[in-house]
Amino acid sequence: MSSAAVTTASASPTTNAGKSILARLGAAFVGRLVIIIPYVWLLFFFLIPFVIVFKISLSQTAIAIPPYTPALDFSGGVSGFLAQLKQLSLDNYAWLTQDALYFNAYVTSVIIAAVSTVLTLLVGYPIAYGMARAPATIRPTLLMLVILPFWTSFLIRVYAWIGILKPEGLLNQLLLATGVIHQPLIILNTYTAIFIGIVYSYLPFMVLPLYSALEKMDYSLIEAAKDLGCPPTSAFWKITFPLSLPGVIAGCLLVFIPAVGEFVIPDLLGGSQTLMIGKTLWNEFFANRDWPVSSAVAVILLLLLIVPIMLFQRAQARAQEMDR
Amino acid sequence: MKSLGSIRRDFAPWNDPNAKPYIQFDNVTKKFGDFTAVNNLSLTIFEREFFALLGASGCGKSTLLRMLAGFEEPTAGRILLDGQDLRGIPPYRRPVNMMFQSYALFPHMTVENNIAFGLKQDGMPKPEIASRVAEMLKLVKLEQFAKRKPHQLSGGQRQRVALARSVAKRPKVLLLDEPLGALDKKLREETQFELMDLQQNLGLTFVVVTHDQEEAMTMADRIAIIDKGEVMQVATPAEVYEAPGSRFVAGFVGNVNMFEGKIARGEAGSASIDAGNGITIRTDNAGTAGAGTAVTFAIRPEKIKVSSKKPAEAVNAIEGEVYDIAYLGDMTVYHVRLDDGQVVRASTMNAARITEDPLSWNDRAWVSFRPDAGVVLTR
Repeated sequence: MSSAAVTTASASPTTNAGKSILARLGAAFVGRLVIIIPYVWLLFFFLIPFVIVFKISLSQTAIAIPPYTPALDFSGGVSGFLAQLKQLSLDNYAWLTQDALYFNAYVTSVIIAAVSTVLTLLVGYPIAYGMARAPATIRPTLLMLVILPFWTSFLIRVYAWIGILKPEGLLNQLLLATGVIHQPLIILNTYTAIFIGIVYSYLPFMVLPLYSALEKMDYSLIEAAKDLGCPPTSAFWKITFPLSLPGVIAGCLLVFIPAVGEFVIPDLLGGSQTLMIGKTLWNEFFANRDWPVSSAVAVILLLLLIVPIMLFQRAQARAQEMDR
Repeated sequence: MKSLGSIRRDFAPWNDPNAKPYIQFDNVTKKFGDFTAVNNLSLTIFEREFFALLGASGCGKSTLLRMLAGFEEPTAGRILLDGQDLRGIPPYRRPVNMMFQSYALFPHMTVENNIAFGLKQDGMPKPEIASRVAEMLKLVKLEQFAKRKPHQLSGGQRQRVALARSVAKRPKVLLLDEPLGALDKKLREETQFELMDLQQNLGLTFVVVTHDQEEAMTMADRIAIIDKGEVMQVATPAEVYEAPGSRFVAGFVGNVNMFEGKIARGEAGSASIDAGNGITIRTDNAGTAGAGTAVTFAIRPEKIKVSSKKPAEAVNAIEGEVYDIAYLGDMTVYHVRLDDGQVVRASTMNAARITEDPLSWNDRAWVSFRPDAGVVLTR
């Protein structure tokens, strides 16, 4: 943006100096604006809602609209507002530690998300690798096919899996008909179904960053490794995989983070007994109408996810620093 | 003693009928779909030779190199290395190493790890690896850059890391794919001599692919000129330049003037060529071409003298008009348009600072040359 401003200004330096300065200021403002917009967006749609949720998590539940106290208002003046602030407490967070349900739900969610992420990586890596090594002419088509499922609603796609996985579903019919099994497999309403659902739903988020990392890799590096005496499998682990690590990390974060808080998949495929934090949150909010506790659950979930991301980013920044 | 060009070293196994060939391409053909990259090509390279494959891009020279390295298998024919047929041997088991045009340095490894990569693959003991890496770093003068990553190096330094990595394993043959292509002119000239010294000191066989004739002429013991997947000529740089085997080679390497004509009269090598328009060329290099043969007389610009008056002693002198003059400092290039319209290029070394016989645009001038200055080509 600023470079464009410089060009316009220098294109007519002598005609009207005042105008060119104005143009430059205008362009600088536009340049700033472009940077400001996403921050304003984040402020209004992330930071402020988070502060509100955080505030609710410090409140107490009440039979009222909204269902918690205090509902901060400024009618009582500054002193009234401060008095309301004093009612806030960390009770809900303490409550989360007293009932093992929440701890178990967090741990289960993290484990399920981690296992699903590893499974998605195992399924996604060969796909991305095959795409990156495919002839350049068919790569756009393959890319299109990966994105294609997004054209249908996520909810409908997860629903479709019920039809496939249920005891009298398509998968069991196929396996029974071909004689592979004699009793229908119980997959629906188990953790297996949740893994299948998460791997299926989040596969594109794994494949795309992996593909972009693998695709830009210079194939002559593999040839060089082979030339120096490295067999293909070993060349993969010594050259291809380390060089695709940024894609692996990006893909894993893109799968792990939403999978921890996933609600639809465990609800539809995992049945009633699954204990995941997304479902717990839903229950607290809609079934118990306990907004403060569900807000506390949400805040803890956010912290749980933000900490590893920040640690990862700091490690990455340090690695870049060392390279410089 | 008379010889073509200058003799660089006493090394000419190709003239020795008992010399054992080291690398042999036997009737090798390589097809990619319908496209024939290499067409029934045979070539012999000797141990410790610095051999250049010279040709325009797409002529098949890189395919030859890649077949030697094992990245491509010949469609037909065979390649022998030290008597062993290379067919079916994967690249990681061939005793050859390649320096890639893009250098292909591993971006996630330091300079020393790049160099050590091949040695680790061979399971060399650690202390030996360390000493070999140190030796290689010293060889390419990069000792203080051992811990750097490739992206922290300049283009010339990367080129030297690539070189060190490819010679670290002491391969039987080192393949170099356009090794100096990415360097600027000055660095390229320096590096040419470094490569030659390296080859001499290590006693390795080098096969280099290049499209730069100057590079091939400078470094190679012999040059194979490749066109459309076929060998046009294999010879020493001096032979390629002074005794090209065909019109293609004469035109491909250096500048040349060509006169089309017919042998009018010939005996024992010397002949008169009737080049039309009253131009008769007398040459001592007619070879076996008999009277009546259609030939091309090729002569290099620096072997033609330009003067304002017809030299009294000249056997061959043709009159024309100065059409263009390019003063290059060390030499001057004249373009003289003969009376039949053909433009002859002549270059004169500016051995003295003052020219005795100044010529200018549109001056009448004579081009003259000795009877042994040019060659007669029948192909």
